[in-house]
Amino acid sequence: MSYAIDVRNLTKKIKNNAIVDHINIRVQRGKIYGFLGPNGSGKTTTMRMLCGLLSSDDGEGHCLGFDFKKESDKIKSQVGYMTQKFSFWEDLTIRENLEFTVKMFQKDNIEKRVRKSLEKAGLTSRAEQLAGTLSGGWKQRLALTACLIHEPKLLLLDEPTAGVDPKARKAFWEDIRNFADSGFTVLVSTHYTDEAERCDKIIYIAYGSIMAEGTVSEIMCGFSSMEDSFIYYTDNSLRNKL
Amino acid sequence: MILSFAKILAILKKEFIQLKRDRATAAMVIFIPLIQLLLFGYAINNDPKHLNTVVLSEDNSIFSRNFVVGLKNSEYFHVAGEIKSDAEGRKLLQKGDVQFVVTIPGNFSRDLIRRRVPSVLIEADAADPVTAAGAVGAAREILTSALARDLSGVLSFLRNDNLLPANVIIHKLYNPEGFTNYNVIPGLIGALLTLMGIMVTALSLTRERERGTMENMLAMPVKPMEVMLGKIIPHIIIGYIQAAIIVAAAKFLFTIPLAGSSFLLAIAMMMFIICNLALGLAVSTIAKNQMQSLQIAMFIFLPSLMLSGFMFPFYGMPSWAQMIGSCFPMTYFVRITRGIMLKGSNFSEMWQNFWALLLFMCIVTGIAAKLYKKTLD
Repeated sequence: MSYAIDVRNLTKKIKNNAIVDHINIRVQRGKIYGFLGPNGSGKTTTMRMLCGLLSSDDGEGHCLGFDFKKESDKIKSQVGYMTQKFSFWEDLTIRENLEFTVKMFQKDNIEKRVRKSLEKAGLTSRAEQLAGTLSGGWKQRLALTACLIHEPKLLLLDEPTAGVDPKARKAFWEDIRNFADSGFTVLVSTHYTDEAERCDKIIYIAYGSIMAEGTVSEIMCGFSSMEDSFIYYTDNSLRNKL
Repeated sequence: MILSFAKILAILKKEFIQLKRDRATAAMVIFIPLIQLLLFGYAINNDPKHLNTVVLSEDNSIFSRNFVVGLKNSEYFHVAGEIKSDAEGRKLLQKGDVQFVVTIPGNFSRDLIRRRVPSVLIEADAADPVTAAGAVGAAREILTSALARDLSGVLSFLRNDNLLPANVIIHKLYNPEGFTNYNVIPGLIGALLTLMGIMVTALSLTRERERGTMENMLAMPVKPMEVMLGKIIPHIIIGYIQAAIIVAAAKFLFTIPLAGSSFLLAIAMMMFIICNLALGLAVSTIAKNQMQSLQIAMFIFLPSLMLSGFMFPFYGMPSWAQMIGSCFPMTYFVRITRGIMLKGSNFSEMWQNFWALLLFMCIVTGIAAKLYKKTLD
């Protein structure tokens, strides 16, 4: 079985305090992995290290077959990373943002690619609107479209549906399910337990360590709901630390 | 390292679109030079001291020697040495190494004894008129008191209470009418390019960091050098537009001559603009937010303004201030613009300043490239 992400002992320290403490992550190709954990548990830091946005203090391994420490440029060109906070240029229009992204990834047929993406996302009528004037749901739509425009093999989504209405969330999950079904991989962090249940596998992280890992049914085993398991793992980890 | 021209061009285009939509900044680019120009068009008064002077003495007598000693003892002049010819003096003035050349004619003592009222000639670099204006008064005072001591005893018959025994004639070079704005406006180009260059680049990068768009950009496969070039090139163009506004205003509003080569001026501007943009980049890597980068930019801008020779004559400042002043590229740029615009100096007369600018450009760009972070750490 091939892994899209296969990293061992991944560590990030800030002033001797381990934010991420020797974690091992293996993500199978073509699956959606849910990344769960309380605020400040190290989800964002882990994702940033995987795509070369942050340096790591320890660990080795591969991401899409490239050494995640040395070949971050090659990884970047095949990863779509969606930041927690909307991070496209608010003073550019939707079209300008997409065009800029395509150019940065050095893809050809810029115009055609942008047009297709706009159509697929239902953004064509708003193409000339400034990104800053969009509502939360449309911003998220733009961000996902931009993340997919260079045809990445791996999506790293950092709390992509925070502050988005249920209808838009549903559409969003359909999109990433389609993406995974065509053989690509998704690692998505979330606080919503209903979203976690849509994932193929779940990784629980708290206090910089992985608490549990497995399919939804494995994780839920012995708990009446996803919420209960979530609270249990979070508390348990706190006990271990103390 | 192979840079992608297409990526640089894409960043460049994005910067221009953003600038176009940011009306306040776009207006600032045009109006700040104009407003500053009008404000600074008027003199900033000061009291210069220890100005570099060389003496050409063709008369070796007790009178002329005492006059030179008087000059040396004065606070106003700093006698850097004696020269042998007129041409040598001109050259030093042209290069800006000295402000004054004092010539004592060969017949000085003979005419003095014969009561023919001889004259001492002072050639002044009047590009800075304030400096030149004080020189006449100071020299006359020194000459009179030096002669008063010598014309005693048997020579006291030469003294005349109503008439001075000798005269001081001043030749104001480069700016005979003594317009202060002659001197201020070429320097103003330096001041503006420093302010806008450092501030605008530093802000445009810290803004990306503050808004989170930098995270997005870093997640794209783009090299730091490509981002830096894409960010810098638009501001080089803006810098040139601003400089063109000032030069045009100088010519048509204040009728300041552009005596030297405008091509040489354009090259100096390019080097100076890059210096400041790289400084701005370096600032942006240190500053945590836009407010901080603004403060650091001011921290560099104010001493540049004060100590570069723009506000006060450089050689009139105490030596510690001159030393600090030498650390700012603006010091050299101001000399170059004044040299080219007012004196018509050529490259061979100013190569040291060009060399200093080049050195600054390389060092600052190197530091900026080194400090520029590829990651979010």
